Amino acid sequence: MTATLTPPKPITSGKDPRFAPTLYAHVGQDQSWTLAYYRQHGGYQAVTRAFAIGNDAVIDEVKKSGLRGRGGAGFATGLKWSFMPLNDGKPHYIICNADESEPGSFKDRYLLSEDPHQLIEGMIIAAFAMRASVGYIYIRGEYVHAAERIWAAIHEARDAGLLGQNILGSGFDFQIHLHRGAGAYICGEETALMNSLEGLRANPRLKPPFPAAAGLYGLPTTINNVETFCAATQILKFGPDWHAGMGTEKSKGMKLFQISGPVARPGVYELPLGTTFRELIFDWAGGPLEEIKAVIPGGSSCPMLPYDDKTLDTPMDYEAIAAAGSMLGTGGVTLIPKADCIVNATWNMVRFYAHESCGKCTPCREGISSWMVRMYEKQVRGHGQPGDVQLILDMSENIGGRSFCALADACLGPVLSSIKLFREEYDALANTQTPLYGPRKRWKEA
Amino acid sequence: MTYFADKQPLVADIFSRYPGSPQGRRSALMPLLREVQNAHGYVSEPQMTEIAALCGTTATEVRSVMSFYSTYHTVPTGKYHLQVCSTLMCSLAGSDELWDHLVETLDVQPGEVSPDGRFSVQKVECLGSCGTAPMMQIADEGYYENVTPSKCARILAALHADAPPTPDNLVPVTVNAEGRQTLANGEMVGASIGGLSPLTGGTA
Repeated sequence: MTATLTPPKPITSGKDPRFAPTLYAHVGQDQSWTLAYYRQHGGYQAVTRAFAIGNDAVIDEVKKSGLRGRGGAGFATGLKWSFMPLNDGKPHYIICNADESEPGSFKDRYLLSEDPHQLIEGMIIAAFAMRASVGYIYIRGEYVHAAERIWAAIHEARDAGLLGQNILGSGFDFQIHLHRGAGAYICGEETALMNSLEGLRANPRLKPPFPAAAGLYGLPTTINNVETFCAATQILKFGPDWHAGMGTEKSKGMKLFQISGPVARPGVYELPLGTTFRELIFDWAGGPLEEIKAVIPGGSSCPMLPYDDKTLDTPMDYEAIAAAGSMLGTGGVTLIPKADCIVNATWNMVRFYAHESCGKCTPCREGISSWMVRMYEKQVRGHGQPGDVQLILDMSENIGGRSFCALADACLGPVLSSIKLFREEYDALANTQTPLYGPRKRWKEA
Repeated sequence: MTYFADKQPLVADIFSRYPGSPQGRRSALMPLLREVQNAHGYVSEPQMTEIAALCGTTATEVRSVMSFYSTYHTVPTGKYHLQVCSTLMCSLAGSDELWDHLVETLDVQPGEVSPDGRFSVQKVECLGSCGTAPMMQIADEGYYENVTPSKCARILAALHADAPPTPDNLVPVTVNAEGRQTLANGEMVGASIGGLSPLTGGTA
């Protein structure tokens, strides 16, 4: 079932030989977070151009670019923007979802801390297109360093007249505020995020109404991921045709892929959508450091795929990963070593979802937070019994598709995929109380 | 004196970020909680009552909101509140052992403060440091990344001496002037070429 290590192909020119990093181009450079640096490198030209072409043309360009939401759902960004009502006389809000907390995802942290003005510029463009007067950056509470950089960047932009009244002489007024979360995965769900921003417990809201109709404070609101706003900056900067020329037929543009687990060079790589797992894992990340059995393609909620040639040659885009039975998600790829017990690894993720369930609806609260996590704990503590795996599958049947938001289904991603791929490990543990791959020392010097 | 009595400009600044409506007033709840917690390490009952009054709600509501989020504390924390990421990507890099090591050597359990008042510990979920795992942080100070056993020993020794090391905030992959993605040590990876100019679109 598990392929042996495949020798790396020669360094390729990438999916598209023309591509060069744009979103990530200044990450890691000295002073990249300052307004002076940003302006020296072409900053705030995109928003000038946006003001020049007008708000409807901005939405048209984003539509034409083929940009899809980079937070995980992959909804067409231009279309989402066009849902905002026009001339309704109400205040409109935009929110940047910087609550990055999907395990395996860590791209936004670097964008926020290293290139905050790229995000602010994207938000001004989006606000202009959607006639919003106020924007909030909802950043997860633990991102202290990033929050400091964003805070400073907002103030720099205000002092330079890039936020506030009559921005760059356009007649457009827009202000951005930073709002810091306090540690809750569910805040990544857009309606839960709005509740959190309103000072409430972050329970998701019933949809419809969708945020574009009744969002923050009951007013029209659009929420996008950090990377999506940054991509909007680049689209307005380089043009929609440039963006649409990258990637695959339905998945356009560049994506920040993240890779973690035992590889030589874990980190964030900006690559065209449609780049294969093989290229990311071998050419960019330098290949696995030990034998691998599974790949989580896009953050912990995406069903894991077997580590074999078929997976390695799968292009990383929305459609191809869906066809392989999983999701592109946030683009956070994690490799799971062969020598680790898959039940134990899955228990870790189940425990995560059990901890993060908001407790609002019964299938998730009782199903995930109570039963599922205990069933896994029972296995890994060596108290498994024959029939337990079937019971987990039966429970999953009763949880899947029945919960209020996507969190419970997200938990079933790793559960069902790991049982499907590694049933023998589950059976061995349940029937003999002994894992096929026992505990091992993992904390070591580099 | 109540916590915010002599901090009216700060309170006004926080409220100015939200609409003047009752709903907008309630939005100040989390920022106000953070202010108190950063100063005291936890939020006490009288402070919950104070924040409730500022936001137009009840202390019970404030406690309810606090209980939803993992970073608010209703009991005192140590001078250094150490949070260890326990989620899969860090776990694969040894965070379970890192956690056991901390609890053992500091002789402190979650919810407790070490006898010298220095340390409290908390297991937290993914903090977005998967590429530089395992990690731990001093709450609200910043990340220590790629925490090996020897690095952990150095950090703890420094904290015992009340000289916290500067947080890492590592950027594992960067882009150099030619548009090549490179590692922190300057090694170039993959292949990419520059050549796009703004506003004109790119050609091969």
